[in-house]
Amino acid sequence: MSAVEKVNVRIRVNGEAREALVEPRTLLVDFLRENLNLTGTHIGCDTTYCGACTVLLNGRTVKSCTLFAPMADGGEITTVEGLSTDGALHPVQNAFAECHGLQCGYCTPGLLLSTVYLLKKNAKPSDKQIRKAIAGNTCRCTGYQNIIKAIRMAAGEMGKR
Amino acid sequence: MYAHPFAYHRAQSLGEATKLLHQLGEESRVIAGGQSLIPLMKMRLARPTALIDINFIPRLSEIKNHNGELRFGALARHADIEVSEHVAEIPILHDCASGIADVQVRNQGTIGGSLAEADPSGDWATTLLTLETSVVCAGPEGERTVPLDEFFKDAYTTVLGREELVREVIVKKPAKNSGGAYLAFKRSASVYATGSAAVQITLDAKDACKEARIVLGCVGLTAIRAKEAEAELHGKKIDERAIARAADAAREAAEPQSDMRGSADYKRALITALVKRAIGIAVRRARGENVEAGHEYVGR
Repeated sequence: MSAVEKVNVRIRVNGEAREALVEPRTLLVDFLRENLNLTGTHIGCDTTYCGACTVLLNGRTVKSCTLFAPMADGGEITTVEGLSTDGALHPVQNAFAECHGLQCGYCTPGLLLSTVYLLKKNAKPSDKQIRKAIAGNTCRCTGYQNIIKAIRMAAGEMGKR
Repeated sequence: MYAHPFAYHRAQSLGEATKLLHQLGEESRVIAGGQSLIPLMKMRLARPTALIDINFIPRLSEIKNHNGELRFGALARHADIEVSEHVAEIPILHDCASGIADVQVRNQGTIGGSLAEADPSGDWATTLLTLETSVVCAGPEGERTVPLDEFFKDAYTTVLGREELVREVIVKKPAKNSGGAYLAFKRSASVYATGSAAVQITLDAKDACKEARIVLGCVGLTAIRAKEAEAELHGKKIDERAIARAADAAREAAEPQSDMRGSADYKRALITALVKRAIGIAVRRARGENVEAGHEYVGR
């Protein structure tokens, strides 16, 4: 088939305006990693299952492996790189570190964003609500107990502020 | 994984979308939330040469409550439906919306896309077939409204013409003393269900069954309405015996295939259990009780 026309994609990532001319089939996760060099967002299963590629698009979590970049055009994106401010970790990041809410760390960027999204909607989630909120994030080190502890701690710390 | 190359077109209106479908021909497809289509394209099971993105069409995701009907714009996301105050009045809709796949997929996937995709394991078809639902389809010659029970032709096949797309889904609010439940059993959050059952019941003044609809998902080429199971409840007091007979009839109506999710026998047993429980919850809700229900998976 003849070459398809490239599409200009403009997004705000972590508060900064970015753009690139890409093939329409470019997935949002590849756009972030390859075009914008933001490699904090990971590709795990690449089949809409594991959630390692989770980012916030216009304030909502999405799996960036399951979105063509042009569909996010004009959107506001937060990746794991956007969580800390001036070198200080986000309270959710702190809690994951404190509680050993990670082993290899591969799933962590996605879990952090799912947690940030959960706590924005529900400042005091029950354990059941926490489990449901991270059901789309797979950890293969089976560290879920500590992840849940970390989310509880993050909710507590953020509630104090 | 990369999809086969395609040309990207962004429609600003439904009229523009149907026009593009006409111009771009056979190999073009509409993309809404993309949560089914994109995985299919990445696995090269679908290879459209052009995509028409309808996500930028204004006001296509509204949820309206008007004249005894709920109207869902085609782009209403599962997550929007989950938290809609209008939907809270009809618990079966909340059951369905709140458990489709996982949070991220619910934030992106749409009700219109789910119906148009017509996946035999899709959640919305099974749920909405228990209610008076119709689909407003927009095409080059204008609009037509199709009752949902005439909308599905086969697995992955609807009555939508080549140049048509779903604009709106209309659900008539159930009568007083009605209650419903949608139960889907899946192996983990992010996957399609192994089996699902939707039950909607209206009770009369004497607490007997005035109307019942029972629909089964994942156990046929389309969602299956189990009319024999409904007949077991009609006009009767819904007691344990009536529920058991209805569940047995539902088991007979199921046409499951053995696959990686389970054997046909396993799925028949699962459907029997789901129907039994869904009837129980539907009746309690019809009596005004608050009961939590929805999708279930190991570890939930």
